[in-house]
Amino acid sequence: MADEQKSPGFFAELFAPIAGFGVTFSTMFRKVVTEEYPEEKRPTARRFHGRHQLNRHPDGLEKCVGCELCAWACPADAILVEGATNDDTPIEDGGAGRFSPGERYGRVYQINYLRCIFCGLCIEACPTRALTMTNFYELADNNRADLIFTKEQLLAPLQSGMVQPPHPMVEGLEERDYYLGAVTAATDAQRAHVEEQSMRHTQEPTEEVH
Amino acid sequence: MTTTPTQATDLVTLTIDGIEVSVPKGSLIIRAAEEAGIEIPRFCDHPSLDPVGACRQCLVEVWMPGPPGPDGTPSEARQMQGPPGRMKPQASCTMTVAPGMVVKTQVTSEAIDKAQQGVMELLLINHPLDCPVCDKGGECPLQNQAMSAGRETSRFEDSKRTYPKPVNISSQVLLDRERCVLCARCTRFSDQVAGDPFIALVERGALQQVGIYEEQPFESYFSGNTVQICPVGALTGAAYRFRSRPFDLVSTPSVCEHCASGCAQRTDHRRGTILRRMAQNDPEVNGEWNCDKGRWAFAYSSVGDRFEFPMVRENGELRVASWPEALRVAAAGLGHANASGVLVGGRVSAEDAYAYAKFARQVLGTNDIDFRARPHSAEEADFLAASVVGTGPQGGAVTYTDLGSASTVLLLGFEPEDESPIVFLRLRKAFRKNKTRVYAVSPVASRGLAKMGGQLIASAPGTEAEVIAAIKAGRGSKRVEEAAAALAEGGVILVGERLATVPGALSAAAALAEHTGARLAWVPRRAGERGALEAGAFPTLLPGGRLVTDASARAEVALAWDLAGLPDTPGRDCAGIVAALRSGELDGVVIGGVDPFDLGIGDADAVLGGAFVVSLEQRPSAATAYADVILPVATVAEKSGTFVDWEGRPRSFEAALTTTYVSDYRALDMLADEMGHFLGCRTQREVADEMTSLGAGTGPRPTAPNVPPAEPRQVADGHLVLATWRHLLDQGSMQDGEPFLAGTAPRATARVSATTAQTLGLADGDEVRVDLVTGACVVALVTISEMADHVIWLPTNSAGSDLRVALATEGGDHVFVTKDGDA
Repeated sequence: MADEQKSPGFFAELFAPIAGFGVTFSTMFRKVVTEEYPEEKRPTARRFHGRHQLNRHPDGLEKCVGCELCAWACPADAILVEGATNDDTPIEDGGAGRFSPGERYGRVYQINYLRCIFCGLCIEACPTRALTMTNFYELADNNRADLIFTKEQLLAPLQSGMVQPPHPMVEGLEERDYYLGAVTAATDAQRAHVEEQSMRHTQEPTEEVH
Repeated sequence: MTTTPTQATDLVTLTIDGIEVSVPKGSLIIRAAEEAGIEIPRFCDHPSLDPVGACRQCLVEVWMPGPPGPDGTPSEARQMQGPPGRMKPQASCTMTVAPGMVVKTQVTSEAIDKAQQGVMELLLINHPLDCPVCDKGGECPLQNQAMSAGRETSRFEDSKRTYPKPVNISSQVLLDRERCVLCARCTRFSDQVAGDPFIALVERGALQQVGIYEEQPFESYFSGNTVQICPVGALTGAAYRFRSRPFDLVSTPSVCEHCASGCAQRTDHRRGTILRRMAQNDPEVNGEWNCDKGRWAFAYSSVGDRFEFPMVRENGELRVASWPEALRVAAAGLGHANASGVLVGGRVSAEDAYAYAKFARQVLGTNDIDFRARPHSAEEADFLAASVVGTGPQGGAVTYTDLGSASTVLLLGFEPEDESPIVFLRLRKAFRKNKTRVYAVSPVASRGLAKMGGQLIASAPGTEAEVIAAIKAGRGSKRVEEAAAALAEGGVILVGERLATVPGALSAAAALAEHTGARLAWVPRRAGERGALEAGAFPTLLPGGRLVTDASARAEVALAWDLAGLPDTPGRDCAGIVAALRSGELDGVVIGGVDPFDLGIGDADAVLGGAFVVSLEQRPSAATAYADVILPVATVAEKSGTFVDWEGRPRSFEAALTTTYVSDYRALDMLADEMGHFLGCRTQREVADEMTSLGAGTGPRPTAPNVPPAEPRQVADGHLVLATWRHLLDQGSMQDGEPFLAGTAPRATARVSATTAQTLGLADGDEVRVDLVTGACVVALVTISEMADHVIWLPTNSAGSDLRVALATEGGDHVFVTKDGDA
């Protein structure tokens, strides 16, 4: 069979040693696919499964009710939740405060990103849309402890119109009104409550000195 | 006489979904279906409660055989019908079986499947979809059966009925009214089983709900069972509310440590914390119930004052020490002591008690060991040795089942509802189902006695021996004669631990049992007492009920323990040890879970101050305040072991939590090791194996004591005789850390008879001041129609009436009673 092959010809033989560079030369004029990470951070796909976030109602109260359905749904056992009762007793009378509308809130919330496989089943399980995923993907560290994210890290930042819980629900509204969209922003009463509490908080140490 | 249903002959054969089953006559269709392995959905049906047919979820199609034809054989089966031509579904939880009946469930009848789905749809109309925040979510019969017998969509479009949530039925039980499906399980339980009908269905139609009487709170010792049997999340316990979900709990079978009833329980825990305890079904013991104390009083181990490390007293102050150092100090102290005793307390497991018993004999060389941290007597020791130790269900001793079938039960110095609540439930069931007659020799007819249909044979404290003798003689009041006649027909006598305080009473009880042929059982109050008795933590008994005075029994035990011999003189009992510590005859003591106040020691300093005290404890007590060495030990959830219930039935339990705490036997083993002895009590297995191989003694049983009754003391003018026992829920240290439970504890009241109140010029509701030997208390007065005259009853250890600690007094004392405010 081999003796039947034709000779490639004069020019082909002449350029054969540099033929491989043809690919190189042609690629030089193509668009570069290399991402300049981490100098340049490109957006992910819109529905990329990134780090979780615990959302808030428009007045700043947490949406999480501590039901643990996310923890139950998690195939990697990465989520730990402990619920507790919202307490409308005034804080000066020993009340623990209100963190969510309704009776129950998530007192402890942890996601272990060493275990999480970003499957999103927890998001599907969440009955209040408290847990969603962001597009944030920079989840690497040099120790294990820091990869267990706690509630403070996972909670969505306060946006305009929100005030930091604990504070009471919007006056005159029930839990269900929060899900019906009746709440649009923190009311003046809620703001006043939070301010009063923070004032009390800052004053307390000086009182103790006297 | 006892009626035992003859089951074999009364079988009824019927067909359910094509499967032929034979069940006892009178069975319900739903039970027969269970026999056939067919599960019919249900909410209101509960095997231990009377049928009610409230929820209609268990509908089935029923065909009955037609009337017999000319040849006598039944004609073709006919379907039970409602409106002409239409099948009428029947509630299988209320309909009893009949011969030849043909039943079709949702498995074979499409119409029934549709009917059940319809009922489910109606039940769910007003049921909120708050499963994510409901404590029942994940273990909810409604959730499960909505999946199995319901439709995936609802046709209901209006907004659901809602109520403000939740309502406190008691401080411990919370009601979410919109979740309720009106199955009436809770109300039926309270009414039928517990006899505390403080909750009922009120209002009508869509507004029907479980309600409480305004003037009477839901203060029942058994309210926790309503939470457990609620088939939806309508009733929840405040202690567990929102604490966890069923799927993150780890369950460990356990046995209750609070009384000698021996309830099977389930300890649910998560990451080293106990979150709740539930009653487990054990038909021979607790059925499927428990009391609120067993269910909710478990927080004492986590109130934050546990001894986590050994402590050693240095320059008068306790400081944390390492185990080797603490053991060295304890060994040196006990080694230097001339003579030491052992106070075990009634709360330890049988294995622990065995280790104490062996430690006392082998290491301390003494029989000065006693588990009775309560009023007791030498007569009681003889009584226990003669009539109690070594008996058990295998040996034909009285069991719960026997209580259920007994014709007559006589209670002596024993208040079942307060002192052994499951005995109370069993007696109430016996009264309801078996017409068992209950008589109580007691100063006061309690509400618990009324719930058992019991009759009071009134006796002032101190006169019990005479009253029992009168029953034996069959002469006295009409009721005494009735009781005597009833007992002679066969019955059961239950003796409580309080009878030990009355000289001659236990002798009289044993004599009465022998005279009438009635069977006798002793019901202690604490969980560990019976086990400690069997394990030989007793001055006159070695393990297995062997007598200390019996040389061959001693030799048997010495051989098993690989010792040359055992001390041969009976030891001091608890009071004797305390007296010897006071006088200095004993200058060392090993104390288990004993509170000096329980022993009536108001001046613990005089008793324990001069001695070398080694305390094996969980939490600080009045004893640890004087301890020279404290060895921290495990609570019941942290160790495995065995309690022996009042029947003599061993109740083994596993450790629920894995901790570094050791059980008492391990601590004693290490201490013995430090003192140069090998105790052989390193693991529970090792102790249990040794106890088993040693077995019960075969020596002769001593004869019952024969102590004559004491002459009753004359009651001085204006004085009353004090009667007292503990409420089930009181200030006991093992109920610490559970405020919701404490909220349901009965308030302290002074009870006197109407005549006595009249004589003293007092009326119901008056605040009275009761002057005792060493103090006084002020409580509200309640007049009782049936009660011995010239007697006042006070709870022993309730808020406002702490006779144990502040007053250091016991029943039988004479007290002076005045209206508060009068000088």
